[in-house]
Amino acid sequence: MNGWLPKDIWTRNETLVAGVIVLFCVVATLSDPRFFTITTVSDLLRASIVIGILAVGAMLVLVSGGIDVSFTAIAVFAMYSSTVLFLAVWPEAPWPLIFAISIVFGAILGAINGYFIAFLGLPTLIVTLGTLSIFRGFLLTFIGSQRISALPPSMRDFSRGVLARGTTEAGNFYSIPWAALALLFVIIATWFILKKTMLGRSIYAIGGSVESARRIGINVKWTQFFVYVYVGALAGLAGIIHGSVGRMADPFSLVGLELSVIAAVVLGGARLIGGYGTLTGTLLGVALIVIVQNSLIVIGIPTTWQSVTIGILILLGTGVPAYRAKRAAARAG
Amino acid sequence: MSSDCGSAFIDLRAITKRYAGVTALDCVDFTVQPGEAVCLAGENGSGKSTLIKIISGVEPATEGTIHIAGEERTVLNPRISAAAGVMVIFQDFSLFPNLSVAENISFATQLSQHERFYKSGATRDIARKALDRIGVEIDLDARVEALPVAQKQLVAICRALASQARLIIMDEPTTALTEKEVRRLQSIIRMLKDEGVAVIFVSHKLAEVLEVSERVVVLRNGKKVAEGPAKDFDTQSLTYHMTGRDVPEVPPSDVTAGAETLMQVKRLTKADSFSDITFDLKVGEVLGITGLLGSGRTSVAKALFGLVAPDEGTIAVDGKPVPTGDPQAASQARIGYVPEDRLTEGLFLSQSILHNVAVGRLDTHSNRGLLDMGNLAGEASEWLTKLKVKAPDVHAPVQSLSGGNQQRVALARWLSRAPRVLILNGPSVGVDVGSKADIHDIIRNLATQGIGIIVISDDLPELLATCHRILVMRDGKIIDNLDGKSVTEDDLAHRLAS
Repeated sequence: MNGWLPKDIWTRNETLVAGVIVLFCVVATLSDPRFFTITTVSDLLRASIVIGILAVGAMLVLVSGGIDVSFTAIAVFAMYSSTVLFLAVWPEAPWPLIFAISIVFGAILGAINGYFIAFLGLPTLIVTLGTLSIFRGFLLTFIGSQRISALPPSMRDFSRGVLARGTTEAGNFYSIPWAALALLFVIIATWFILKKTMLGRSIYAIGGSVESARRIGINVKWTQFFVYVYVGALAGLAGIIHGSVGRMADPFSLVGLELSVIAAVVLGGARLIGGYGTLTGTLLGVALIVIVQNSLIVIGIPTTWQSVTIGILILLGTGVPAYRAKRAAARAG
Repeated sequence: MSSDCGSAFIDLRAITKRYAGVTALDCVDFTVQPGEAVCLAGENGSGKSTLIKIISGVEPATEGTIHIAGEERTVLNPRISAAAGVMVIFQDFSLFPNLSVAENISFATQLSQHERFYKSGATRDIARKALDRIGVEIDLDARVEALPVAQKQLVAICRALASQARLIIMDEPTTALTEKEVRRLQSIIRMLKDEGVAVIFVSHKLAEVLEVSERVVVLRNGKKVAEGPAKDFDTQSLTYHMTGRDVPEVPPSDVTAGAETLMQVKRLTKADSFSDITFDLKVGEVLGITGLLGSGRTSVAKALFGLVAPDEGTIAVDGKPVPTGDPQAASQARIGYVPEDRLTEGLFLSQSILHNVAVGRLDTHSNRGLLDMGNLAGEASEWLTKLKVKAPDVHAPVQSLSGGNQQRVALARWLSRAPRVLILNGPSVGVDVGSKADIHDIIRNLATQGIGIIVISDDLPELLATCHRILVMRDGKIIDNLDGKSVTEDDLAHRLAS
C-alpha cells in the first residue's frame, strides 16, 4: 500500500457501512438534536461490548471458511455454569478467577466443535447447529433453568467498575464500564493473531483454499481446531460479561442472538465462502446493528421495523458488492 | 552426493504402486537430471499422476527405491519432498485467491523456516526476489483472484522458486494459456534450466512443451512404453504411444453442394466486446471461430445462444428470426450450446449422468407435471451408448467420469433435444488425446447428419481437424474467413497473433 488510503477504499464494504452509519447519525441528529451526545455514544458502546466480542469470534470462523452458530449457547453455558460453580464452592472468589473459569469452559466447548470439524471433517454448520442444541439443552436440563440474581459479589463489583463517568451539561448521566476494556483487549489480541502471526495468516489461507493450504504444508487441522477453541473462549468471556453487567445469570438469554451477530460480521465484509473479513469491518458492522437496534426510534421508525431494516441493510450491503463483482467478471469474460 | 546413482536429481528404480489390487504403476524407472526438462506423457489413468504423487511424497510406493538428490528415501511425505526441493504446480495452481501476490509467493517459504510471526517486509522481499529471478513484474499487493490465469501461473512458479525448488513439476501448464503466454512460459523454463532447476511437464497438450524438453517418457496402463530424446517425438508419435493406436485426424468431408443456409448472423454488435459479426452457417457445415483470449470469441459464442445480449444485430435460423439475448428462445429455435467450462457452467457435477442428460428434456417427459422416470432413463442411456460414454451406470455422479466422458455427457444432453445448430465452446479443453480424437469424430459425424456446428477454440489442430471454414477474430472483429482445407497451422497461428 503506497498511499495513506487503500486503493480499493471506495469499493469496500467497510466504506459502505461507515457511510450508512454517518448518514444515520446525521439524520438522527437532525430529527432529535439530543441524539448526538456523549450519553448516546456511551449507551451504544455498552450495548456493543458483548455483541462485539461475539462478532470478532464469528468473524474468525467465517475467515477460516466455516460458520459457527453455537457460540451464543457456549456463552450462556459458560456464564451460567461458572456462576453456579462459584456460588456453590467459593462465592467470595475474585471476579478475574470467575472470568477465567468461564473462558476455560467456553474454550472446552469450543474444542468439542473443533474436534468434530477439524479432526472428523464434518461440515461446520451441521456441527454447530447440533452443538447449539446440545449445549443449551444440557445447560437447562442438568445445570439449571432458574434465573440467578444473587451473583457472586465480585461480579457485581465488576459491573460497577467504570473507566469514565460523568454528567453532561444537560444533566444526562454517562459512563464507560470496565467491560469496554475487555472488548479492546479482544480486538488487540485478535488483530495481533490475524495480522502478525503465521497462525493468523494460515486462517486466511485456509479460508481461501483448504486444498492449497494442505499442499503447502499448513497444519489445517490444528489451525481449524485453534479457531473453534478461540471462538469458544471469546464466547465464554462475552457470556460472563453479559451476566455481570446485567447482574443476572439467565440461562435463557443470549441464544437467539447468533444470527444478528453473524449479520453484523457479514455486513462488515466477511464472506460466507471464507477467506475474507477484517476487524474494522466487523466492528463497523456491529456498530451499525447496535445503532439500528437501539436508535431507530429516534428517526421515527417504529421498533418493529428493526429486523426489516437490518435485512435490507444486509441485502444492500452484501448484495451490491456481489452484484458489482459479477458484472465485472462478466465484462472480463 | 553418493555415487551409486550418478548425478540424477530424481532416480526412481522399479517403482510399483498398487491400490487395493489395481496396479497403477508397474516397475517403472524414472530419472531426472538437474537442469533437465522431462515431458511425462500419458492418458488419464496411465499412471502419470500416481508417479507424480510418489515423487512429491503424497503416496508411498509399494515397491522400488527412490533417490532424491543422491539420498535414498525410504520414508517420503510432502514435507520431506518439498524440503529436498521438489515442488508441484498443480493445474489449478493451488494459490490463495484472497491473499496478496507477495503472501502467496512467500507463504510456503516462511512455513518451512518455522516462522511464528508474520513480517510483511520479509514477505515482500522473498516475493520480489522470486519475481526478479524470472524477470516478471506483478503488483505485489494485488489479490491473486484479480490476476489473469497466466499471471497466476507465474505466481505459482515464483512460489516454487522462493522455496528453493530444484525440481518443478508442472501439471498441464499450457492448457489455459494463449500462444503468446506459452512462449513466455517457454523462455522462463529455459532460464530455470540454465540455473540448474529441473522441470517435469505432465501434459496432454504436448507440442508446446516438447520444444523446451530434453526427454520424453510415455506411460500407458502403468507401464513405461516409450522413452527418448524429445527431438525424436512429434505429436503424431506421442499420440501413438499414449493411446497404443494410431489416431489419424482426417479433415471433414465436404459440405454437400448446394446445402441450404441454416443460420444467418447479421451485424451482431456489443459495445466493448464484439462488433459487426456477420456470417452464414450451412446445413452440415462445421464453422470454426478462433482468436486469442480476449478477442471476443467467447462473448460471440454466448451471444449466439442468448447468454449475452447484443446491442444490435440479428440471428435467424431457417430464415426465422431468433430473439437475441434470450437463451430460452435460442433453445426453442433448436440452438444448443456446450460451454467452455463444462465443469462450472454446463454440468451438475454431483448429480447423476442420467439427471445431467435428462435435465434438458424434462418438459418432454412430463405427464401432467409428473416426470416419467423410466422413459427418461431409457432415452439417456441410449445417448450414452451412442456417444460411447464409459460409465458403470447412468446413476453414477458425473464427477466420477474422466474429462472426455464428462464432455460427452454435456453433448448427450444437447443431442437428445435434436438441435439444428450446435455451438461447442472449447470442445476438448482438459480432455486427453484419445477422447479428443473421439470427440472430433463425433463432431464430424453430427455434421454429416445435417446439424450445423460452430466450434469455438484456440486449439488450432482441433479447428483444422473439424472445420470446413474458420473465422479468425481479433479485438472483437472477424478479420479473416478461411477455408479449413487450404490453411495451415502456422498460417493460422500467425493470423491469430499478428
